[in-house]
Amino acid sequence: MISDFNAVTALVGGLLIGAGAVVLMLTNGRILGVSGIVGGVVGEPGSEQTRWRLAFIAGMVTPGAVLGLMGKLSLAGAGVALPVLLVAGFLVGFGSRMGNGCTSGHGICGLSRLSKRSMAAVATFMAVCAITVFVTRHLLSLGV
Amino acid sequence: MRQGLSSYIAGLLFGVGLIVSGMADPANVIGFFDVFGTWNPTLALVMAGGLAVTFLGYRYCLKRSGPLCAATYQLPGGTRIDSRLITGSAIFGLGWGLAGYCPGPAFVAAAGGMVEAAAFASAMLGGMLAWRMVELARDQRVGA
Repeated sequence: MISDFNAVTALVGGLLIGAGAVVLMLTNGRILGVSGIVGGVVGEPGSEQTRWRLAFIAGMVTPGAVLGLMGKLSLAGAGVALPVLLVAGFLVGFGSRMGNGCTSGHGICGLSRLSKRSMAAVATFMAVCAITVFVTRHLLSLGV
Repeated sequence: MRQGLSSYIAGLLFGVGLIVSGMADPANVIGFFDVFGTWNPTLALVMAGGLAVTFLGYRYCLKRSGPLCAATYQLPGGTRIDSRLITGSAIFGLGWGLAGYCPGPAFVAAAGGMVEAAAFASAMLGGMLAWRMVELARDQRVGA
C-alpha cells in the first residue's frame, strides 16, 4: 500500500534543497553538510569558519521559526518516547561526525560529486535505517 | 561579510526546501523506509530533485576558476572507504531509523516549536561533542 503523498511539493522541496547546496558551493566553495557545519561550531568553537557556519544555521532555522510563530507549521512528529528520542539524537550526532556526513553532505552533495565514499556511506545508513524501522515498527511495535 | 550573507541565503533555501518537501516531518522519513507498512515515496522524490539540481549546479561551479566569495573550492579529498566511514554511517542510520530525524530536519522542526525535535537536537549536539572527545583523546595518544 502507498500512503498519501504530494509529488509536486516533494520535488519542488528537493529542488530548493539542491539550490541551497549549489549556492553554498558557488559562493563559498563549501559542501552543504549539516552535521559538518553544526559539528564544526560545537567541536571547534574558535575556528575562523564559525561565522559562516552560524550564518548558514541561522538561515536554515529562519523559515521554520517564522512559520512556527505564525502557527502555520503543522508537523506530525516522530511519536516515539523521550528516551528513544534522546538515544536516537545521540547516535545521529556521534555517527554523522564519525562517518563525516549525514543525509545532506553524503546524500545530496557527495552523491552529486559521484564520491565513492559518499556512495558507501549512503548505502550503509539507508540499509541500517530500513532495518531499524522494520525491527522497531514491526517486531517491537515502538512508536506509530 | 559576503560569505556570511551567502551562507545565510544557502541556509534559507535549504530550510525552506526541507519544509516544502515534507522532510522536516519524521513521519515522511519513517514512511519511506517502512516498506512493509504503508509506503511513502516522498523521500525518493526529494532526493531526485535535490540530486538533479546539485549534480548540474556543481558541474557549473567547478568549471569556474573559483567560488565568488572565497579563494578556492574546499572539497573533501579522501577516497578511502574505511571502517570509520562505515561504522559511523551505520550508527547514524540506527539513530535516523529510531526517530526519523536527521540533523537538518531536527533543527528546522525544533525552530518551528516541536519540543521532541528540540530534545533530539540537544542529544545530537551531545553526540557530536562525544565524537569530538574521542577524536581529541586519540590525537593525544598519537601525539604522546
